[in-house]
Amino acid sequence: MDYAPNTNDQLHDMLRTIGVGSFDELISTVPAELHSRALNVPSGLVEAEILDLCEGLAARNRSLHDVTSFLGAGSYAHLIPTVVDALSARGEWLTPYTPYQAEASQGTLQAIYEFQTMVCELMQMDVANASLYDGASSVAEAAVLSLRATERPRILVSEAVHPHARETMATYLQGAQAILQEIPTLNGVTDLEALGKALREDVACVILQQPNVFGCLEPMAQAAQLAHRVGSLFVASVYPISLGILQPPGAYGADIAVAEGRCLGSPIAYGGPGLGLFTTTSTLLRRIPGRLAGCTVDRAGRRGYTLTLQTREQHIRRERATSNICTNEGWLALRATIFMSLMGPHGMQELAKTNLEKAHYTRQRLLEIPWILAAFDQPFFNEFTIQYEESRKVEAVHRRLASAGLVAGFPLAEWYPMLPQASVWCVTELASKAAIDRLIETLKKIS
Amino acid sequence: MVGPLIFEQSVPGRRGYLLPPSDVPAQGLSELLPPEQLRATPPPWPEVAEFDAVRHFTRLSQLNFSVDTHFYPLGSCTMKYNPKLNERVAALPGFAWLHPLQPTSQVQGTLQLLYELEQLLCAITGMAAFTLQPAAGAQGELTGLKIIAAYQRRKRRTRSTILIPDSAHGTNPASAVLSGFKVVQIASGRDGLIDLTELTSKLTTDVAALMLTNPNTLGLFERDIKTIAAMLHERDALVYMDGANMNALLGIARPGDMGADLLQLNLHKTFSTPHGGGGPGAGPVGVTETLEDFLPVPRVRKRGHTFVWDERGRVTVGRMHGFYGNVGVLVRAYAYIRTLGREGLTRASEVAITNANYLKVKLQETFPVPFDHHCMHEFVSTVKSLKPHGVTAMDVAKRLLDYGFYAPTVYFPLIVEEALMIEPTETESKETLDRFAQALLSIAEEAKTNPELVRRAPQRMAIDRLDEVKAAREPNLRWVGPVDAASVESRR
Repeated sequence: MDYAPNTNDQLHDMLRTIGVGSFDELISTVPAELHSRALNVPSGLVEAEILDLCEGLAARNRSLHDVTSFLGAGSYAHLIPTVVDALSARGEWLTPYTPYQAEASQGTLQAIYEFQTMVCELMQMDVANASLYDGASSVAEAAVLSLRATERPRILVSEAVHPHARETMATYLQGAQAILQEIPTLNGVTDLEALGKALREDVACVILQQPNVFGCLEPMAQAAQLAHRVGSLFVASVYPISLGILQPPGAYGADIAVAEGRCLGSPIAYGGPGLGLFTTTSTLLRRIPGRLAGCTVDRAGRRGYTLTLQTREQHIRRERATSNICTNEGWLALRATIFMSLMGPHGMQELAKTNLEKAHYTRQRLLEIPWILAAFDQPFFNEFTIQYEESRKVEAVHRRLASAGLVAGFPLAEWYPMLPQASVWCVTELASKAAIDRLIETLKKIS
Repeated sequence: MVGPLIFEQSVPGRRGYLLPPSDVPAQGLSELLPPEQLRATPPPWPEVAEFDAVRHFTRLSQLNFSVDTHFYPLGSCTMKYNPKLNERVAALPGFAWLHPLQPTSQVQGTLQLLYELEQLLCAITGMAAFTLQPAAGAQGELTGLKIIAAYQRRKRRTRSTILIPDSAHGTNPASAVLSGFKVVQIASGRDGLIDLTELTSKLTTDVAALMLTNPNTLGLFERDIKTIAAMLHERDALVYMDGANMNALLGIARPGDMGADLLQLNLHKTFSTPHGGGGPGAGPVGVTETLEDFLPVPRVRKRGHTFVWDERGRVTVGRMHGFYGNVGVLVRAYAYIRTLGREGLTRASEVAITNANYLKVKLQETFPVPFDHHCMHEFVSTVKSLKPHGVTAMDVAKRLLDYGFYAPTVYFPLIVEEALMIEPTETESKETLDRFAQALLSIAEEAKTNPELVRRAPQRMAIDRLDEVKAAREPNLRWVGPVDAASVESRR
């Protein structure tokens, strides 16, 4: 099956109009020695066959509809209102591209403007762009911006920032003459004393995550203050759902706030596509990476929207651009816009509160089990770290849960070898009390 | 006229979505969190009913031109039809509701799909291995440049120059600089292709790689590609191919056979995943065997009958994206490739090339193509001839909107004056192409008889041309609350 409507008769006529006798004549500009006309790809399939094939593959997966999952660790499953799916499936949203022709793209442009506004309000920051790829690359872009804005070489990043963000940033900064320095943690949060000692006049920015990779709430305000004391920027990487109840980055003085925003109305989809949220202050506006939609007027003085400040961007500025980004995550930004509109302030607050309560209930119940211990004693949102007594093998416990259709929290040993018995558990509104209780009963049976 | 903002429709107390009632014991916020961590008030988002949102976002959508509603000949972007089937496949709970950290035993279907997709892309391009991690073409380029730098480091030498033709996409030089390289531009020859003499003169010992697009942004196949690759390889420099224009090459020729050492593919172009108003895309990077070990980790591997993630990589450039990249996009591309198969993919490129040449011939008298060979999947015309009437490429683009067509890419590539870059793709019918050609010819006629009409276009859209200068000088990037009508009046 292909989707090319022209019939062979039509193609034949078109070749005649072009003035060639055959298609091969048309590609005579491709040297004959390079022709490779037999693709080593299976023959095509029709719709019904594709559905069989793909449903077969999907059936080899155990989706979050089949199991109860307590996984978070950087990727969070949340409810998606039906309206988000229904509206975003419209071809007018799904199939245009970057709104270069503003007059024929007012829908996309106004939606981006609304997105930027709501993201600013969520973060309490001055400006937001139209999105970046994901949370990890947004942290990397924040580092790049900081290096350029401060003309200082050193980046301080807490070891409690998600390892994928730290690794992506390290890749982005190869060749940039930057020094990446990790700040250790103490009892599950960034060690402020160590941070204070590392802060010198050569520090471009300090990067912390809230809540951090262990689920603990960081002392963001104190860290920001320390950073500002030496003229360094403060970068916060946050979890959007938590901002229904937690202090927004603007409130504790972040200069740049980024997030993985996929949890706002898009499916978890095995970790991607993501939605990089990127916000900053008015001062740094002209250094922001990516697209920006702005409100202006047309010739008749009517309100309209257009891409703006494009002289920052690669298609105008080429090698002097603030970033190389072109395609971003427009469709997920639209979904987030619809999601945020439906939630409203009260829905968002309730959503965050439900997550908070369920996670606290779960942790409390887990700690009833004698061989399960709290890893840290810190306030948390919907994610927390626990440890098993040494007699218990993490893998064996989690295998046992898996056979009961329960996906345990993420074992941290892979990322933090000094925590061999620890795992980080996440509880969202998707986990029912019945499922949580079943988890506890199953664990209690593991003697 | 465009409608009100969602914020302007807010009525305190309205709700658009209700959460299930909490089934765990209620606890006060202040019992669970220290006061200094608590937000004073929730984000001041609009308060609208579900139906308010439905009508608002439906009406907004109707202000867009899109592939589903309009011919969208945006050159270099490959705006082909995005099959609905692929949306259905990607939405299957087995794909859409999967956590990236689930044990691999629970995600074998997805891993198999990713593994097979890598194999398919290898077969199509003639490369030895792929990473699916980069989220878009530009991130693929960035990955490629990191690999180039890592390769040179491995050889224990510093090379800081990337050669880039003047016809290249802006992402090429931006990605090179972001990777710590210096860009040296190569002027195109008179035929619009890379000039071998010019290339020789710039090919110093400091050159790490050449980045080229093939077919190039003029839609022309770089005839000397093998010679060019040999010249680079002789100096142990690499050839990076920007695969943005791969829609011209399916079942025609393979970059691997041309001497490309690495390339990125834009799955949202060639492999029909929807552009979404500006993403998500996916930009897998393919490499030769020599470069395979530099690819980002983790990589999907097959061990016996089981698929696993391999996090190791002694010389890997590292990670480019959280988890595994834009998997949801990769699922759609897989369904597309399996639907078209060997014959369909080849036919896609054949028809794309035929459509482009047909349109070029229909237009060439009025809108000549400065570099006139047979083109591949797209071509670049100039509207220079309308300049005496005071009509520019932008005017023509805007007038096309009135005729119900989205505009081609304008003023790019930079080496063509008053450029219109037109890419019809294979999914448009001859009838549509004929109507489009007729519209462009009518506009040329209008430019002579009533140039003001063209200069004042568009007139049939919701708004007229916008004040871009005001937008940039007085940036208004977010709504800050209702404007007081009286204060607006007094400012006038």
